Amino acid sequence: MSGESWEMVIGLEVHCELATETKLFCGCPNDFGAEPNTYVCPVCLGLPGSLPVLNERAVEFALRVGEALHCDIAEESIFHRKNYFYPDMPKNYQISQYDEPVCGNGWLQVGERRIGVERAHLEEDTGKTAHVGGGGGRIHGADHSLVDYNRAGVPLLEIVSKPDLGSPEEARAYVTELRSVLEAIGVSDVKMEEGSLRVDANISLRPPGSEKLGTRTEIKNMNSLRSLARALEYEAGRQAGVLEAGEAVFQETRHWDEEAGRTHSLRSKEESHDYRYFPEPDLVPLLPSDEWRERVRAAMPELPAARKARLLSAWGISDVEAGVLVSTAGLADYAEAAVAAVSAAGDGAADGAGRAVANWVTGDLLAHLNETGAAPSALSLSPAGLAELVRLVADGTLSRPLAKEVLGAALAGEGGGSPAAIVAERGLAQVSDERELAGVVRAVLDAHPAEVDRYRSGEDKDRKKLRGFFMGKVMAETKGRGNPQVLNRLLDATLAGS
Amino acid sequence: MTPTGDELTGRSAAELAAMVRHGDVSAVEVTDAHLQRIAALDGDVRAFLCVAEGQARAAAAEVDGARGRGEALGPLAGVPVAVKDMFCTKDLPTTCASRILEGWRPPYDSTVVARLRAAGAVVIGKTNLDEFAMGSSTENSGFFPTANPWDLGRVPGGSSGGSAAAVAARFAPLALGTDTGGSIRQPAALCGVVGLRPTYGRVSRYGIVAYASSLDQAGPFATTVADTALLLEAMWGHDPCDSTSIPSAPEPVLASLEDGVAGLRIGVVEELADVDGIQPEVRAAVESARRLFEKAGAEVDTVSVPSVEYGLSAYYVIAPAEASSNLARYDGVRYGLRAPASEVAAMNAATREAGFGAEVKRRIMLGTYALSAGYYDAYYGQAQRVRTLIIRDFARAYERFDVLLAPTSPTTAFELGAKTSDPLAMYLSDVCTIPTNLTGACAVSVPAGLDGAGLPIGVQVLAPALGEAVLLRAARCLEAGFNFTGRPNLGRSTLGEA
Repeated sequence: MSGESWEMVIGLEVHCELATETKLFCGCPNDFGAEPNTYVCPVCLGLPGSLPVLNERAVEFALRVGEALHCDIAEESIFHRKNYFYPDMPKNYQISQYDEPVCGNGWLQVGERRIGVERAHLEEDTGKTAHVGGGGGRIHGADHSLVDYNRAGVPLLEIVSKPDLGSPEEARAYVTELRSVLEAIGVSDVKMEEGSLRVDANISLRPPGSEKLGTRTEIKNMNSLRSLARALEYEAGRQAGVLEAGEAVFQETRHWDEEAGRTHSLRSKEESHDYRYFPEPDLVPLLPSDEWRERVRAAMPELPAARKARLLSAWGISDVEAGVLVSTAGLADYAEAAVAAVSAAGDGAADGAGRAVANWVTGDLLAHLNETGAAPSALSLSPAGLAELVRLVADGTLSRPLAKEVLGAALAGEGGGSPAAIVAERGLAQVSDERELAGVVRAVLDAHPAEVDRYRSGEDKDRKKLRGFFMGKVMAETKGRGNPQVLNRLLDATLAGS
Repeated sequence: MTPTGDELTGRSAAELAAMVRHGDVSAVEVTDAHLQRIAALDGDVRAFLCVAEGQARAAAAEVDGARGRGEALGPLAGVPVAVKDMFCTKDLPTTCASRILEGWRPPYDSTVVARLRAAGAVVIGKTNLDEFAMGSSTENSGFFPTANPWDLGRVPGGSSGGSAAAVAARFAPLALGTDTGGSIRQPAALCGVVGLRPTYGRVSRYGIVAYASSLDQAGPFATTVADTALLLEAMWGHDPCDSTSIPSAPEPVLASLEDGVAGLRIGVVEELADVDGIQPEVRAAVESARRLFEKAGAEVDTVSVPSVEYGLSAYYVIAPAEASSNLARYDGVRYGLRAPASEVAAMNAATREAGFGAEVKRRIMLGTYALSAGYYDAYYGQAQRVRTLIIRDFARAYERFDVLLAPTSPTTAFELGAKTSDPLAMYLSDVCTIPTNLTGACAVSVPAGLDGAGLPIGVQVLAPALGEAVLLRAARCLEAGFNFTGRPNLGRSTLGEA
């Protein structure tokens, strides 16, 4: 993309799988990873004669999202049929909301900017097709195709942003923020890799300062935040090239190829389907009562932005740390539980517990999570275990380096995840006993008379080096368990004295 | 003394149920009598697509077993019921008289069939119809046409022609039909039986293959008004599996059947009584009905419902539009016919080309066109506005009248093949019945005697939504007044002729 000659206009459509127990229009389990075609019934298979019944929980989740995104909740919204033929769609129409969605006209605060939310509407997911034999999973060259309808009828909420995003980074930040909101209000697993959060992007270019929107393309198939940013970057560059060659951008849907790092044309608007939307006659209008909406509003949990502000001031942690805590699934819950456990113990560790916990959680613990892909709730080190560790450091039992070692062991499942147990098993407790340590210092200095002499008569530069040498030796003698502050004091006193 | 076969098949459902309950006859004997009559005579009538000999005997044996054990019997215990092949039955193929569903066995029972089985009814077979209920003569069946028992050279009406013929031929005292534009009432009229279309939402649509979802409603066929009420009470009521099902409990109809019409205000719909092409004998039958009502103490007057003349046009936009979407699922992917082809879209097209008959294709194309981008408002939107107008006109009429009177069909049964090449002439058969479907109200056709050619005439009573009790009171009054005891002469039958 050539310099600043173009301004990007980006809008995102986020499809969020709602984490309801059952599907949108039937009682089949809404669950990922079961044997193909085991979570199916006449309704989600679209068998002749079957009829949809709307899942109340899915509506409640939509209402929660509406609240969180400051949307207008429609007093009456209806479902439409979107008609097109596709083998993984059992009825060959999708029940979706069209011009009367449940949520409209909201916004999401992303950093300093307020990004508009056009609408959020309920719809059913499709099944999944697998192409077998020959084509390496692609339809071209495949011998035949298999369809798994377990996902057919899973509730989706499509959240459509206004074209308010100006860069791939901003798009990424928007999805990050939206994801933490959806997670915080408990409506979705928000796993892009498993497809429970899917993002399509609309992007167009225009000269800076122009009010008029350029022709947009829609990009699909980005299954991580990173590929979202890469795809937008690529597509902006491609469109700039087209425009700068004096040609026109073609309104079309383009497919992001993660491996090739480029988008390619999927279908143009001209050959696109006429979906023949019409009101779904098998469902009645959705009329959420005032009481229901009030109940949802009253039960709204704290949203990530508010939580971040609270943790910032309560724990005295950095903006970055607070941001990481609230934007990583389950991390802030974990950290708050740990801090609560420290405080509950009622000892001196409560002061600065927030900072200490945040430090561990956003450091070693997050690194472990990223490495293993585990959720915080699944760690062998529980929040109570982390609280134990923080207290062991605060009361001087563990030095920081030892604490790091214990944390690693606890995350690996050692000692049943209990830092105290690991300290006992490994005999890691810090030694602060002056008499014991004085003996060690004395023995080390006695064993190195030449170095002691050189220290006492030497230049400042040599003294510093030798001081480090002695410290290393006494630490080695105590197997790293000696309290560094006590050892330092004893070393200085002994070297200065006899 | 055990009654003979033809004595049994001449009985009403209420009588048969009472006889079984009292032990005058076994359910198996009742079922066998009807099976024998079907075996002897259905070769000429061809009302059934499938006779459920084994299943029916087993169901009847269960009733006898339950009685033997002293268990309470349902209101229809041991009564044979013929079921239009639009209702899903898990032990019998369900085809909608379409090649595309030939041999398909649903994994579930429709709610109505399940309720009838629970009431002790014996499903004796699945009856023929116009493919997917699209037609007015049963000639559009993908398998074979059904003959009118009164004249084997004539049609039984449609689309529930098989059910109407089965009851007229006394193959079963009761039958189920569906009525989207008159598909119960028109064949009831042409076959000289009673046929009721209940209020939209009163009878569950769950498990009834959809033709036009906002118009479809299942209802009973019987030889008497009392039997019609008996079957209605066994099949209707709220069903949580159908979102459009009315939640309130229906008002009983049997109890008030003999309450008479004294003081009722009855309006003769002048636009329908004088509809284009009406057979003079049908016009005269409506006049007779009017006099019967007056004699019974009702206040009768004429009423104008000007918008009914647009009903047919609105219907032939709305019904095909919904059908084009409802029938999209027959694509060869999951069940039914699959025509071989090298890839999916070609397979879909070949399957639908081979599996659907001409009338079904015509309506799918009409409906697809009516919903397509740029035409939606001019067709579907306009038709819905007309529908609103008709609803308003009827509401106005019901301010002055309790029930309305009209012909059911403009003519008596026409000859097989007479209208097959002229779809518009065929569509006109439903001009008097369609308004009730568009308004979502209820109406019943009652036999009113024979025309000069010895063919049955039906008159229609209409009531507002939820007005089944007053509707059937009025129908009972006409039944008593016309005292129609005629039976078709089916050659080998020894049944008492009129």
